[in-house]
Amino acid sequence: MNKIRFILIQNRAGKTRLAKWYMQFDDDEKQKLIEEVHAVVTVRDAKHTNFVESDEVFRNFKIIYRRYAGLYFCICVDVTDNNLAYLEGIHNFVEVLNEYFHNVCELDLVFNFYKVYTVVDEMFLAGEIRETSQTKVLKQLLMLQSLE
Amino acid sequence: MPAPIRLRELIRTIRTARTQAEEREMIQKECAAIRSSFREEDNTYRCRNVAKLLYMHMLGYPAHFGQLECLKLIASQKFTDKRIGYLGAMLLLDERQDVHLLMTNCIKNDLNHSTQYVQGLALCTLGCMGSSEMCRDLAGEVEKLLKTSNSYLRKKVTLCAVHVIRKVPELMEMFLPATKNLLSEKNHGVLHTSVVLLTEMCERSPDMLSHFRKLVPQLVRILKNLIMSGYSPEHDVSGISDPFLQVRILRLLRILGRSDDDSSEAMNDILAQVATNTETSKNVGNAILYETVLTIMDIKSESGLRVLAINILGRFLLNNDKNIRYVALTSLLKTVQTDHNAVQRHRSTIVDCLKDLDVSIKRRAMELSFALVNGNNIRGMMKELLYFLDSCDPEFKADCASGVFLAAEKYAPSKRWHIDTIMRVLTTAGSYVRDDSVPNLIQLITNSVEMHAYTVQRLYKALLDDISQQPLVQVSSWCIGEYGDLLVSGQCEEEEPIQVTEDEVLDVLEGLLVSNLSTPVTRGYALTAIMKLSTRFSSVNRIKKVVSIYGSSIDVELQQRAVEYNALFKKYDHMRPALLERMPIMEKTATNGPTEIVQTNGETEPSVLDTKHPPPVTQPANQVRANDLLDLLGGNDVVPVIQTTLPTKPASAGGELLDLLGDLSLTGIPPMTAYNKNGLKIEFTFERANPNPNIAVITIHASNSTEADMTDFVFQAAVPKVSRHSLELILKCLIMKHSRVNSLFNQNCATVF
Repeated sequence: MNKIRFILIQNRAGKTRLAKWYMQFDDDEKQKLIEEVHAVVTVRDAKHTNFVESDEVFRNFKIIYRRYAGLYFCICVDVTDNNLAYLEGIHNFVEVLNEYFHNVCELDLVFNFYKVYTVVDEMFLAGEIRETSQTKVLKQLLMLQSLE
Repeated sequence: MPAPIRLRELIRTIRTARTQAEEREMIQKECAAIRSSFREEDNTYRCRNVAKLLYMHMLGYPAHFGQLECLKLIASQKFTDKRIGYLGAMLLLDERQDVHLLMTNCIKNDLNHSTQYVQGLALCTLGCMGSSEMCRDLAGEVEKLLKTSNSYLRKKVTLCAVHVIRKVPELMEMFLPATKNLLSEKNHGVLHTSVVLLTEMCERSPDMLSHFRKLVPQLVRILKNLIMSGYSPEHDVSGISDPFLQVRILRLLRILGRSDDDSSEAMNDILAQVATNTETSKNVGNAILYETVLTIMDIKSESGLRVLAINILGRFLLNNDKNIRYVALTSLLKTVQTDHNAVQRHRSTIVDCLKDLDVSIKRRAMELSFALVNGNNIRGMMKELLYFLDSCDPEFKADCASGVFLAAEKYAPSKRWHIDTIMRVLTTAGSYVRDDSVPNLIQLITNSVEMHAYTVQRLYKALLDDISQQPLVQVSSWCIGEYGDLLVSGQCEEEEPIQVTEDEVLDVLEGLLVSNLSTPVTRGYALTAIMKLSTRFSSVNRIKKVVSIYGSSIDVELQQRAVEYNALFKKYDHMRPALLERMPIMEKTATNGPTEIVQTNGETEPSVLDTKHPPPVTQPANQVRANDLLDLLGGNDVVPVIQTTLPTKPASAGGELLDLLGDLSLTGIPPMTAYNKNGLKIEFTFERANPNPNIAVITIHASNSTEADMTDFVFQAAVPKVSRHSLELILKCLIMKHSRVNSLFNQNCATVF
C-alpha cells in the first residue's frame, strides 16, 4: 500500500504544530511516533540525507523530511515510495503555506492552526497527494475563507 | 455567564506561561469554563469553544469531552460550525469509539448538500478517517458522486473512493463502472486522482489488473503529451509540467507492465523518451527519472533499456545531492543480482561512496561493494574495503569484517593473500569480529598446510603487540598450540623467520592466562595450547607445573581442563603424543558464515576432540548404529549408505576419558527413526549437500528384517507448502529380504536447519 501514513510539522523543541494521521494509531502510539520522529530528525544536519529509513525505529515505513527555518516538515510513507517525489510534495505544500499566509512563520501556524489543516486537506486526502497546482489550491483556499 | 474568550486570546495567554505547571493551570481553568459552557448547550459559542479545545488537544491535553460537541457542530447549518466540527471529528474521534458512527448520517446528508464546499468537507472527513462500517454505509453515495462533473468534487471523491476500497476491499467491484472514462479527463488534478484510484484497484486485484491493461496506450499518450507540451503554468514545477502526475502514471505503468510482455513492449518507447529527455538539474527531474528507472527495472523491458536505467543510476551516484546518491545506491542494491555486469561498470563510483559522510549512504555502499566483489577485482576491492574497515564507525565493523571474510574465502587469489587479509582484519577490527568466525578461521588455517609456519609467526608477532582483541588472541593461541614447533625452529619461508625460544612462547601463553583482558574462553584456548606444546616442546616440566596450578582454578572450565590434562600426564602419559598430535585437515561443510559449525557445550574449539577427527558431514554415532543393525540381520547390504570420509573412532582406551564428549556430533540434527513396525524400519538421516550447502539431503534408510520380501513398497512424503522439495528417486520398489534401500530427498535448508 503506497500511501502517506502521517504528516507532521514540528519545531526544534519538539512541539507539534500540525499532526495529520491517515492511519489508525492509538493515542500513546501517536505520542510515541511523534517523539521518535523528533528524536531522529533533530540530530541530523546538512551532511545527512533527507530520508530516514531505519528498521529498528520505523518498521516498514520511512520518513521524508525537510527543515525550513525552525520547523521540520515530515511525511511518513511506505518504504516502496519514491523519496524524491515526496520531497517535492513537501516543498509544494510549504510554498502554498508561504503564499497563503504571506511569508509564513511559525506563529502563523500556531494562531491559525485550523486553517493549516484546511490547506493540508486541500492538498492531501486519504493519504495521497490530491492537488498539486498551487494556483488552484490558493484559489480554493480563498473561496473557503470567504465563507467564514 | 460572560462570553467565552476568543481563540486568539487563549493562544496568546497560554503562550505567556513560563512553566509547564503554569500552562497546565491555565488549560485546566479554560477546560472547566468550556465544560460548563457545553453544559449550557450554547449554540453561538460552541464553535469557538471547540476550536479552543482542539488547540489544547494539539498541545497534548485530553479533550475527549468535546467529542459529542463536534457532532453537534457537524449537524449545524453554518459552514463555520461544520468546518470546525469536521476538523474536531478528524482530530478527536477515531474508529475505536462507537461515537464516530453517529457521524454517518450527518456525512450522508452533507454529501448531498447543495454547496460543494460542504460536500468537500464531508468527503474529506470520510476519506481520512472513515471506518469500515462508515465506508460500507456510505459507499453508495460516494459512487454516485464519482459521476459528477464538478472537478473540485471529483478530485475529493476519487480519493475518498480509494480510501473506501482500502477499508472494505470487497466493495471494489462497485466502483468499476465509474472508472470507464477516468482517463479522458483534461483536468490534471482529476486525472491525477483517477490514476491513483486505478493504481489502487490494480494493486488489489489481479482481475482488475488484467481488465485495465488495455489502458496502457492511453496512459502512454497522456505521458507523451505531458512531456512534449510546452509550458503549462498551473502545474509547472521548475519547468517540468506536472511532475507528480508523471510520477504516478509511471508507477501505474509499472504495475500494468509487470510480468506482461505486451504491455511492457508498448511502454518501451515512452520510457526511453522520459529517461533521456528529462531535465536533471533539479530534484524534480530526478524524481521523475528515479520513478522511470524503478519502472524499467520492474517490467519486462529489453536489455538496452535496462542498461540505460542502470546508467542513469550510475549518473545519480555522481550527483552532488546526497539524497540522489542515496536513492541510487538503494536501487542498485536491488538490481545487482539480476544485472550484475551493468552494475559492475559503476564499481569505482560505488566504492567512492564508502567515504561519504552520511551513515546510510556508507552502509549501502558497503553492501553493494560486497555484492560486486568477484575474482577479477578482489585485490583492488579488498584494499578499499580494508581501508574502510579501519576508518568506519563501530556499528559497521562487525558486518564489514564478516563480509571481508566471506569475500576472501570465495575469491582469494592465493593462500598467503588470504592469510594476510585475515590477519589485517583481526588486528584492525579484532574485537568486532563475530564469535563464530574463530572456528572458521582456524579451519581455514589448518587447510593451508604450507602456510602454517608463516601464519603462526605472524600471529605470534600480533600477540606480542596486543592481547586485547579476543578473537585474534583465540586464533593465535590455537595456532601456537598447534604449530609452536614451527615457530621455535624458525622455519618460515615466506618472510624473515624470527628467533623465539620455547620459554618466550610459554611466557606469552601464560601471560594470556593471567591477564585481565582475557575472557574465560580465551583462557581455555591458552591452557589447551600450552598442553599441546608438551608434545612439541622440550620444556615439559614447566608445562606440567602450569597445568597443575590451574587444577584448582576457580573457573570451572579451566579447572576441568587442567585436571584432565594432569591425568594425562600422570596416568595416560603413554597416550599423550597420540592425543595431542597435529590436527588433520578439516573439511568444510558450508561456505556461509554464521550457521556453520554448531557449537558444542558453548565451546567452539575442537582441541579436546582432537582424536575424534570430527567429520563435518554426518553421523558418526548413527553410522555405528547402522552397522550394528546390519550385523544383527546378517544380511547383505544392498546399497551402501551415502557418505564419505568417516574414519573410525579410535577404539583405544583413551576413548573412555573422552567419551563424555563422544557423541557430540557436529551436525545440526540427529538422525531419527520414523517408523519401526512389523520388521520394517525407516530412518531419516540429515546432512548438508556438498556442492550446495543450502540444500539438506535427507537420506531415507528403509530396512526389512523379516524373512519375506516386501513388495510394492510405496513411500510418500507430505511436506508443508513452504518447503520446496524434489524427490530424487522413485520410492516404489522391491525390498529384498534382509536388505536396505536408501533414497535421497533434497530439501531446502531453511526449513530443516
